[in-house]
Amino acid sequence: MSGGERDPITGHMTTGHEWNGIRELNTPVPRAVWFFLITAFLFSLFWWVLMPAWPLGHTYTKGLLGIDQRQVVKDDLRRATENAPPWRSEVAGREYADIQNDPVLMQQVRRHGAVLFGDNCAGCHGQGGTGGPGFPALAAGAWLWGGAPEVLAETLRVGINSDHPDTRVSQMPAFGRDQLLGRADILAVIAHVRSLSGTGSGSSAGSELFAANCAACHGEDAKGMVETGAPNLTDATWIYGGNEQVLFTTLFYGRQGHMPRWDQRLSDLDRKVLALYVADLAAGAREGGGHADH
Amino acid sequence: MIAQLTRAEREFALLVLTLLASCGLVMAAGANDDLFALHGGLVLAFAVGLGFLVLSGLHTPEPGDSRLAEYYDDPSRAGIVLTMGWAVFGLAVGDWVAWMLAYPGLTFDAAWASFGRIRPMHTTGVIFGFGGNALIATSFHVVQRTCRTRLAGQFSPWFVLLGYNLFCLLAVSGYPLGVTQSKEYAEPEWYVDLWLCVVWVTYLVLYIRTLARRREPHIYVANWYYLAFIIVVAMLHIVNNIAMPVAWNHSRAYSAFAGVQDAMTQWWYGHNAVAFFLTAGFLGMMYYYLPVRAGRPIFSYRMSIISFWGITFLYMWAGSHHLHYTALPHWVQTLGMTFSLILLVPSWGSAANALLTLNGAWDRVRDDATLRFMMVAALFYGLTTFEGSFMAIRAVNSLSHYTDWTVGHVHAGALGWVALISFGALYSLTPALWGRARMHSSWAVEAHFWLALAGTLIYVFSMWNSGVIQGLMWRTYDAGGTLAYSFIDTVVAMHPYYVARAIGGALFLVGAAIGAWNVWMTIRGPLAATQRAGDDRPLTVLAGE
Repeated sequence: MSGGERDPITGHMTTGHEWNGIRELNTPVPRAVWFFLITAFLFSLFWWVLMPAWPLGHTYTKGLLGIDQRQVVKDDLRRATENAPPWRSEVAGREYADIQNDPVLMQQVRRHGAVLFGDNCAGCHGQGGTGGPGFPALAAGAWLWGGAPEVLAETLRVGINSDHPDTRVSQMPAFGRDQLLGRADILAVIAHVRSLSGTGSGSSAGSELFAANCAACHGEDAKGMVETGAPNLTDATWIYGGNEQVLFTTLFYGRQGHMPRWDQRLSDLDRKVLALYVADLAAGAREGGGHADH
Repeated sequence: MIAQLTRAEREFALLVLTLLASCGLVMAAGANDDLFALHGGLVLAFAVGLGFLVLSGLHTPEPGDSRLAEYYDDPSRAGIVLTMGWAVFGLAVGDWVAWMLAYPGLTFDAAWASFGRIRPMHTTGVIFGFGGNALIATSFHVVQRTCRTRLAGQFSPWFVLLGYNLFCLLAVSGYPLGVTQSKEYAEPEWYVDLWLCVVWVTYLVLYIRTLARRREPHIYVANWYYLAFIIVVAMLHIVNNIAMPVAWNHSRAYSAFAGVQDAMTQWWYGHNAVAFFLTAGFLGMMYYYLPVRAGRPIFSYRMSIISFWGITFLYMWAGSHHLHYTALPHWVQTLGMTFSLILLVPSWGSAANALLTLNGAWDRVRDDATLRFMMVAALFYGLTTFEGSFMAIRAVNSLSHYTDWTVGHVHAGALGWVALISFGALYSLTPALWGRARMHSSWAVEAHFWLALAGTLIYVFSMWNSGVIQGLMWRTYDAGGTLAYSFIDTVVAMHPYYVARAIGGALFLVGAAIGAWNVWMTIRGPLAATQRAGDDRPLTVLAGE
């Protein structure tokens, strides 16, 4: 590094090389750099001794602390189970009605249920259970399979049209596509169905067609049947929509809604909390005075 | 462009373009799926278009030997224009994605406009389109000046630049159609990867051949970094993209890796792409344009050595910090974390070396927005590397991972460091290469600087806030042992920060658009009264190529 000259501003020598006008100072590496480099390396050395760190063929250095992330998670989970807050065992052990009458316990159910609902149900049923096209509004209380918490828990366990062996099964036939009804008949049924909830007027032909084709599932009074999961057609609540266009699609192509089974995704306790939460959601909406329940 | 090529080079170019066009034709005609056929058509159109360009100049007079006494800057000039074009494109798509995150309806229910397809258009557009072109253009300029020799050959620089842009074009056009192998920052499918491999190896050979004919006894630091960038990116690209195509005429392929090995290979690639594409290459840029613009010697040659070898050696181990608390064995995570921590020292060494170089030139930093771009870039480099080492600590990562904090960290580096150093370099380089006295509008450079700085700060601060809030909400339990928030609650909480981020991005985009206009006007502007310095040419005339 001969041939350098002194830089007047820093007082350091240059290296003597020049690349198209660029020169370099031969400034020694500041002590701080060496200090931090050595410190960082010593810390790493220390950490390697304590933690699992270096591979040794088929195994690795386990570290003096004997820590392994898999064991840490297992221990955490075990501790969480052992130290579970008392409300969990209470909810697990008591009857639904009993829990519903316990305002303190129901507070825990609402808090835990809201997060479970937000993470697992709201994607389809909407935040607050408001529903959306194709997904029932749970807060409306217009139940397909029944709204008692025990029943809701069963629906959660097996799902609807799911792959669970005990799944609830429900299908609206494709009356048009499968040529069960002609176009004129479908329109007559639609007019009749709409008249049931006070929209427009139906005909006697529509009424007869309904009795022959629809009443088996929806009931003679069209108020739905929990045995078949068929919706009440006389109220203002619709899953897919109550205008003529949507109803035509529903009758022509049929419907087969799907709700996943949750027995493999959520624990018994979580499903119980959710069932209580959803029942409570509908009851709360009712008391909130939204609209009269049919 | 064509006038500078010899007759033999023009004919060779035609031969290569004919081969490329044939490949495109075979791809288009023999394709097993529409996407492969479409890309074949694109390759064919690209090759035929360039073929017509070469043919139109085939019979123009050959250049004289006097060209060998000059540097070969045409590819750098084209590269600068491409860089600014990709910058505006990539940033515009980025801001679109940012607004989409705040208002999800902006997908217009169209599959091609969904987040998963638009986002890689942004990342590829800015990293490979903008960053890659900036690196290629400046590396050609820097290696000639610091070696005092002309580029080795006139054909291969064009092959590298245009071939690389064909790669970018194939990548970006494929994403909205769903052509992706779903590896982050390595999304292009096998045939695009093979093409880049050919281009990149040509780049490496060209660079080494040019270094080998240097007229300086020593290789300048900037070239160490550029060379590390080229070599390591070749290695990363080849290993991470090993895959078996479904068929020779099908756009899909299956990766050679699966499970945790796939994840580890991907993040070994991903992190070292940050290290050697977004860091080493741009450090090379900084090591040339910053001292030239400041008119100061590099603060310490010895620090350069420590930093270069520190970064080169340590980064290779750090990739596993992207996989903390996953199926990756604990010991690999420990190594990733500790090497990331040591890495901070050489990183700060580089940042300090840049900032201390400015001692004696701070008045210029105040007055010259171009130099200020580079100074602030060095600051953001220091900030981002600190943040990176910090986030690599497992306990910190348990909070930051999967949150917007990561996004903020990346953009502190990508906007604050990579983009600012590139703009600083281009504002130095553009007037020099076109023989202009200065940029067309120094006011526009100043406006670009403040827009870019404001945009970066708004972006990074909103993502820090959003990320930390998000991370805390995910892990908050109430007294009853219940998570306090559902996931959708955290999404709602992030909305204002997403709007702020999109505004910051818009400012950055406007700055870049002003920059592109300014570069274009400089190119079209008048020649400087005094021509470039007489010593801006190779030391010896080469006896033909």
